[in-house]
Amino acid sequence: MRKTTPRQDLIRGVWLENPVLVQALGLCPALAVTNTVANSLAMGFATFFVLLGSSVLISSVRRWVPGEVRISTYILVIATFVSVADMTLAAVVPDIHKALGAFIALIVVNCMILGRQEAFASKNTVARSALDAIGTGTGFLLALVMMGAFREILGAGTFLGFPLFGPGFEPWVILILPPGGFLTLGVILLLLSAFERRRLRRQAANPSPAPMRRAA
Amino acid sequence: MTGGHVHGGSASPPPGERASSSRLLVTLGGAGAVAGALIVLVFAATSPAIEAHRAERLDNAIREVLREPDRYDTMYVTGARMSGDANPDAERVYLGRDISGRPTGFAIVSGAPGFADMVEVIFGYDPTTKTLLGMKVLESKETPGLGDRIEKDTLWVAQFVGVVSPLDPVKIGRGKGRPTEIDLITGATISSRTVVRIINQALERLGPALESRGGTPP
Repeated sequence: MRKTTPRQDLIRGVWLENPVLVQALGLCPALAVTNTVANSLAMGFATFFVLLGSSVLISSVRRWVPGEVRISTYILVIATFVSVADMTLAAVVPDIHKALGAFIALIVVNCMILGRQEAFASKNTVARSALDAIGTGTGFLLALVMMGAFREILGAGTFLGFPLFGPGFEPWVILILPPGGFLTLGVILLLLSAFERRRLRRQAANPSPAPMRRAA
Repeated sequence: MTGGHVHGGSASPPPGERASSSRLLVTLGGAGAVAGALIVLVFAATSPAIEAHRAERLDNAIREVLREPDRYDTMYVTGARMSGDANPDAERVYLGRDISGRPTGFAIVSGAPGFADMVEVIFGYDPTTKTLLGMKVLESKETPGLGDRIEKDTLWVAQFVGVVSPLDPVKIGRGKGRPTEIDLITGATISSRTVVRIINQALERLGPALESRGGTPP
């Protein structure tokens, strides 16, 4: 395993190894519930909470969990935090809870969360696992809000429910429908990829030690 | 830096050495017990607020499908009889009244399995004219973008205002203009047919009780 500093643990998940935009993990919620900024925020924060809670708990019990049952234990822990998040959202923000519907329960199978447990929290101290979870969770939140903003502004002409354009604006309804999720993700990945290529071309003479890792 | 071995924790047994079955059982059993206890605690803490939201949503929905009555009474139906006395085993319906206390119609909650999970709807019904006053989906997990049009498509929902019972579901363009027709939604046939079926079944079940009381002020 590559040695990393605590600072790297914190920041790499935000952008360079962003779970959605670079590692292409957790795409199901990223495509499904990003039709408004409010839904993106709620899903981002719920996932953030589940990821942070699971990482802290799993790294603190990592010495006592036998390898044979580690995945079952991780899923049990993740599912518990998801149930907690589910009930809390239902009690505090019932409208958003209703809008997210089944996708809250599906945080359990977000492979980004299980991935961080298996790849990081099960092998690192509680503090570093927490930093890793905060970074990755922030990256996930950021990616979802980017998609949510793009889709809500163009697809409904609003931002967080506030109308942005005059009555002359014809919303691109397709963007808030399911195909809009794929189109939006495609456009964002295309732009990021173009910027990355340009950056690499500029650095061609002097290769950087931190190339962007593409998982998909 | 701790070892990056695939078998998890830095102090887990070296490869080849297997943890005993009892240890596996204790680990999973313990984790399950802690998880269960935590969920029970959070459930106990959040359920009053969740119940309050549900009651508020029901109250709003009753007022909406009865077209803003002055007030409404909860009635209890057992078989063909209806009474205002609280009875936990009876089915509840809500009798709306106008400002002079005259009944304006009943709000009825009913459900059935849809395309995905249960669909629960509330609808307003006037037994004297056998017409519906309105319909609202309370609970559904139908496919976003297709099945959820049963609650989000305002034109479709508006069809339930003034339609005569028992309802006839018809495919778009096949209708003959009868007052009992409800156009189904293209791409959400099962979900929209479910809503019609829920209403017809509820009225079949409750019809006798509603007609016994609907016309006369109790």
